[in-house]
Amino acid sequence: MPKTVQFRPKSVLLWSCISLIGAVGWGMVALARGEEISAVWLVLAALGSYAIAYRFYSRFIARKVLAVDDTRATPAERLEDGVDYHPTDRRVLFGHHFAAIAGAGPLVGPVLAAQMGYLPGTVWIIVGVIFAGAVQDMIVLFLSMRRDGKSLGQMAREEIGKVGGAAALIGVFAIMIILLAVLAMVVVNALAESPWGTFSVSMTLPIALFMGFYLRYLRPGRVVETSVIGVALLLLAILGGGWIQNSSMAEYFLWSPETLVFCLVGYGFFASVLPVWMLLAPRDYLSTFMKVGTIALMAVGVLIAAPTLKAEPVTEFASTGDGPVFAGSLFPFLFITIACGALSGFHALVSSGTTPKLIQKESQVRMIGYGSMLTESFVAVMALIAASVLEPGLFYAMNSPAALLGPTVDTASEAVKNLGFTITPDQLTDAARAVEEETLVGRTGGAPTLAVGMAEIFAAVLGGAGMKAFWYHFAIMFEALFILTTVDAGTRVGRFMLQDMLGNVWKPIGRVNWKPGIWITSALVVGAWGYFLYAGVTDPLGGIKQLFPLFGIANQLLAAVALAVTTTVLIKSGKLRWAWVTGVPLAWDVAVTFTAGWQKIFSDDPTIGFFALRDQYAQAIEDGKLLPGATNMDDMHTIVLNNTVDGVIMAVFLLLVLTVLVNCAVVCVRALRAPEPLPSAESPYVVSEIDLTAPEPAKELTGARE
Amino acid sequence: MRLRRIMRQLRWYAREITGEAEYERYCARHPGRPVPTRGEYERMRSRHRETHPHSRCC
Repeated sequence: MPKTVQFRPKSVLLWSCISLIGAVGWGMVALARGEEISAVWLVLAALGSYAIAYRFYSRFIARKVLAVDDTRATPAERLEDGVDYHPTDRRVLFGHHFAAIAGAGPLVGPVLAAQMGYLPGTVWIIVGVIFAGAVQDMIVLFLSMRRDGKSLGQMAREEIGKVGGAAALIGVFAIMIILLAVLAMVVVNALAESPWGTFSVSMTLPIALFMGFYLRYLRPGRVVETSVIGVALLLLAILGGGWIQNSSMAEYFLWSPETLVFCLVGYGFFASVLPVWMLLAPRDYLSTFMKVGTIALMAVGVLIAAPTLKAEPVTEFASTGDGPVFAGSLFPFLFITIACGALSGFHALVSSGTTPKLIQKESQVRMIGYGSMLTESFVAVMALIAASVLEPGLFYAMNSPAALLGPTVDTASEAVKNLGFTITPDQLTDAARAVEEETLVGRTGGAPTLAVGMAEIFAAVLGGAGMKAFWYHFAIMFEALFILTTVDAGTRVGRFMLQDMLGNVWKPIGRVNWKPGIWITSALVVGAWGYFLYAGVTDPLGGIKQLFPLFGIANQLLAAVALAVTTTVLIKSGKLRWAWVTGVPLAWDVAVTFTAGWQKIFSDDPTIGFFALRDQYAQAIEDGKLLPGATNMDDMHTIVLNNTVDGVIMAVFLLLVLTVLVNCAVVCVRALRAPEPLPSAESPYVVSEIDLTAPEPAKELTGARE
Repeated sequence: MRLRRIMRQLRWYAREITGEAEYERYCARHPGRPVPTRGEYERMRSRHRETHPHSRCC
């Protein structure tokens, strides 16, 4: 029985204080006009809001909406096999789950969204996570846990039907391809023409291989020891990069974007067919350690350095919609640019993957699902802060497409002036020299901007201006490491999906141990994202500007699928009363994604609509004219082709998701009309024998036997 | 003493999160049967991972 409401004076006082801190933070953020405010206020507003949301809203969802039941055995307990299923300490599982959901996404989106000022982004990240993102993660986790850890696709098939299930599956695969291409593009843009970055990131390969062999043959299973050695080598590689940069060997690591594309595609293929122990597993350890370490460092850095935000709270691009970083007005485009950190559909795949098979007690979905997502949101807030501490002039000089900025610091300075901001050519040169890069002009993709911001914050705390270059490349390395891990893990997951789908048509290809099948499907997956990567990198109008909206819409569409499935399951299980908990975010998300998608397809404005731009350039080709961005006729044809492909992909995404939504609506209506509840795929109740109330020292918790 | 306790907690956490502690748990779960050596166990684990890919988000 849930306890009756009690008001203990101590608890009331504590939560009043937390509310007050959050309110002061919000007040300072909202009321600052015409003066620069400290980033600390943003941090306080965020933390205060998270604390209240976690304490009250997530508890409400757990108790009322989901009715979690700790007397019910979780799949980890019922099906324990010591391999896939075993009850795991909640703190450990929190770490696992957080490491699986957080990557480069929450770091990139907020940086790009800083184009509209720090205020809209901050509000969306915090409100979005509380009412949409964390809710989605927690409820999907719960539903999957009640179904023995089934995936989102399987749940869609069982609870909604074959058509919706198939559409969801194809949608997930297509979205994954775009996601991998965009993330790989962020790496390419960060490493192109930078010997330091290229050297230190390519050194992660031999380091990971060394760790893999060390773990397999010298010290089997000693992961902590191996990871410590790996991280030390990684830091050496960053220092080594600085040395390479200033030596005669620099030219060997000065790679063009096209070269990097081929390296990444080759890497993606080999990494996904090589044994897991050789590359993927050690990389995963490295990236987890770096992730936790750097995020902690960033939080401490922001609090100690307390930088002031140089960006405007709300820029004019929010209303005009003609910002250089991404086109379109605040609604809907801000909400698709910041996906990870506020609402990310991809998390539904992680929440219905390994995590639900490891939960000890049902009530822990709150800490693991809701709590991990709040933490990711905090990472996004810090990324937004890092981008907002830069001079706006520098921000636009780094993030506008090359076509707008022109080739030199002088043209870039002029272009930034036309946007309404100022930065002198000398300042641009100095900024690049401070982080020991050739140039910072047109370094789109978010990673370099974040790295400059992080270097600014870290150097203020540790090492001063002399350490800026080190911190910059540390940040680049940290992001590239995440992304490369996502690229090889994602290629593998994509391969399995493809094998699964193609296996229905031709049996042998579905066999997971048949080598030629593995090679063919890996090559297909790598080829697919490689195509979009190459098209993006060579896009004369700037690949990030073209492809990032596609990625954001795709990710949010996946969230629509997840929220539609969860809403349907809630209604099917007779909880219409609480269906608004996922129904409201679903309605919002559908409004955002379908408006954005519609504009991307049908807008007459060539800066927004794929087909409008296509028509404009196609017309110019007929007239034999060159339009801005293109230096020759080949460029013109590339632009026409890319926009056609992007527009078609966009339409396919929308149709797939629409299929799922219609199917869900039909099931909901059927459930409401049925006199009896419709059958559910939930596993039957089994009483739990795990007792967590007995006091136990931490050492004795699951798996802690020494 | 407090520092030692914190260090022990940290070590416990690091071993748990990396999966280093899984081997002991596996051995404890299968008492009486011949247990695999550490190397054999890790090979078994990596074979398993080969066919069970984990999704990672962005």
